[in-house]
Amino acid sequence: MTNDDTHLLTTSETEATDTAAGQGASAAGKRKGKAHKSQRTKDEARLGLMLAWPAGAVLLLVTGYPILQAVYQSFFNKRLTDPDNAYFNWGLNYVTVLTDPLWWQTLGFTLLITVFTVAVELVLGFAFAVVMLNALKAVRGPIRTIILIPYGIITVVAAFSWKYAFDLGTGFVGTWLGMESFDWFGNFWSSFAVISLAEIWKTTPFISLLMLAGLAQIPGDMLEAATVDGASRWQRLVRVTLPNMKASIMVALMFRTLEAFRIFDSVFVMTEGANGTATVSSLAYDQTISQLQTGLGSAVSVLLFIAVGLICLLFIKGFNVNLGAGKE
Amino acid sequence: MTDPSRCRRTRLLAGAAMATATLVALSGCGSQEDAKTLTWYIDPDNGGKAAMADACTEASGGKYTIQTSMLPSDAAGQREQLIRRLASKDNSIDIMSIDTVYVPEFANADFIAPVPEEYVDEFTEDVVEAAVESSMWEDQLVVAPVQANTQILWYRKSVAEAAGLDMDKPVTWDQIIEAAKDQDKEIGAHGIRAESLTVWVNALYESQGEAIVKDPEAEPEDTELGLDSPAGEKAAQIVDTIGSEGLGGPNFSNLDEQGAMLRFQGENGGFMVNWPFVYPAMKAAVEDGSLDQEVFDDVGWAQYPAVEEGTPGAAPLGGGKLAVGAFSDHQDEAFEAISCIRETQKQSEYYITDGLPPATRAAFDDPKVQQEAPYSDAILDSLDVAKSRPISPYYNGITGGIQRSWHPPADVSPESTPKTSADLILEILRGEALL
Repeated sequence: MTNDDTHLLTTSETEATDTAAGQGASAAGKRKGKAHKSQRTKDEARLGLMLAWPAGAVLLLVTGYPILQAVYQSFFNKRLTDPDNAYFNWGLNYVTVLTDPLWWQTLGFTLLITVFTVAVELVLGFAFAVVMLNALKAVRGPIRTIILIPYGIITVVAAFSWKYAFDLGTGFVGTWLGMESFDWFGNFWSSFAVISLAEIWKTTPFISLLMLAGLAQIPGDMLEAATVDGASRWQRLVRVTLPNMKASIMVALMFRTLEAFRIFDSVFVMTEGANGTATVSSLAYDQTISQLQTGLGSAVSVLLFIAVGLICLLFIKGFNVNLGAGKE
Repeated sequence: MTDPSRCRRTRLLAGAAMATATLVALSGCGSQEDAKTLTWYIDPDNGGKAAMADACTEASGGKYTIQTSMLPSDAAGQREQLIRRLASKDNSIDIMSIDTVYVPEFANADFIAPVPEEYVDEFTEDVVEAAVESSMWEDQLVVAPVQANTQILWYRKSVAEAAGLDMDKPVTWDQIIEAAKDQDKEIGAHGIRAESLTVWVNALYESQGEAIVKDPEAEPEDTELGLDSPAGEKAAQIVDTIGSEGLGGPNFSNLDEQGAMLRFQGENGGFMVNWPFVYPAMKAAVEDGSLDQEVFDDVGWAQYPAVEEGTPGAAPLGGGKLAVGAFSDHQDEAFEAISCIRETQKQSEYYITDGLPPATRAAFDDPKVQQEAPYSDAILDSLDVAKSRPISPYYNGITGGIQRSWHPPADVSPESTPKTSADLILEILRGEALL
């Protein structure tokens, strides 16, 4: 854990030195600070640790214990209704899951929905952030509120609203589009479209909020200087704005990807996984809660956890996302 | 101690802290006459169960108080909640209403207390056979049958007449399909990937004398299935025809009981197999003006359709059972309460208020039943030949396998679907496949 941390820190520092001279200098200062800390810094660190450890302990208790329990259970053939006949099966559950076409199909669908929704949300979210930032002062409040409303609605409630909007019996969207007898949840692509739409509607505000934070950090004089130098609108966006908010874009991307990958509510409410729309989370739910195969279900959950870990790793290592960026 | 205001105050505190609750119990402040509180987990209805709970509380003369606790609305959700609680030995579950198909799973896991000898005769007397059969596990009565639901064939008189179908005689699926094609009308069956699909597929097998699971009490590894059989081919052909020729309507692959009813009321409605809830629902729709009286008058009913001419169609059996939680501290009182809830008069009333047919034959004799539910003779006829879905503790895997391989109905193939579903279910039962 500690090794990993130091390693992480070093890479991000190297990266920082490479990119911008100003940031490089601050990183160098930090490195020097590490060599001989002042008494004050040490005390502050100690105080920080003392203040943080209860939270850390609670976190470990409520997340660490269930995770370890799931890992342990995933090595057993166990049915909740027949706990006495549980037996250790040497990781056979993992073989079962990984050789089952259903796992790969749900993984494929989950990735598809993740990539599609996050990509759309990123573009939309950026547009909304620009609107929120540049709106006239008089309407800024209402506009921000309107953009953020979907994010305040509980996912299950949102999912039901979308379901009823498209459902053949109660829906009005079909009538709007002149397709009264089209069953939106009757085939893969239209189900995918509705689920994605619901997800995008619901979580774009989250991305735009993070983007807004990034946009607000860009110094106005930098943009002014670019304008004076004759940069067009597009050049200012691509050369000045985007590079300067890279950190917030990456953080937004990472959080949303992690969240999108665990999608459950919308699918559960709208299709219950029919027509190939089951996701990895719903697969874990089905094995554990409906089938009561706690061993097999735990194996799926552990694999889901590993997948989420890999996504984290990809972003932090692969794209050099610096989670502490906001602090500096 | 008897000062009521003091008791009330103490109870308020009890809500806030567990320790206080214990104190209240010790001080005997909980109630006047030591009435035991029984919790009855019920599926949502029109309020009939809560009324019965009140009536039986009254009738017990202070011996027990029944309070109801609402479960999720679909049977699968009810099972999930009950089973999770029972797996952690929840002693708050005194009485529970469970769907007939989950009885073996609960019984096999020792989650329910078997019916004591003294109640066995009372709970099975005059009860339709399929309802008794599905209340047994390993030759023991484990739950009390209360409702015995079944599907019948609903049809539009005008459509049947135009197609020249004589509805006084039993009809077959092939005849209905012919008539619907001929008249360009729909057949309301349940193509949704849910329990309703299994109900239908199972009825198609049972109507041909074939069972989906041949030896329901076998261990999962040794289970023998009747899925891959000539009966399966015929069943798949019926599902496929209705699905792929558009006879089920545009949203057939998502059509459940409610949806089928709505389409049946529409201009393309022709035939529909469905539970009797549709009658009071359509009647209510007429009363609130959302359905024309004309359409309602055009609705007829008959026994569940057959697959082979001459053999009556094995209508699906549904309905609720009453079970006593294995970890309940008040099992004696719970069975006493069930005996009260099951009274014939109450079953008749429940049939009228909530639309669920009683399991006891005598409850159909009430003149009010005939008046409010004129289709009751068809229900009773269907119940006499009704067949339950596989009575297996691994039912959930079986129905899951069927739902996955027989959906969407338009893709069902008489040649391959019965075999693929059999293979899938065996793998699921052995824990070698995900569901």
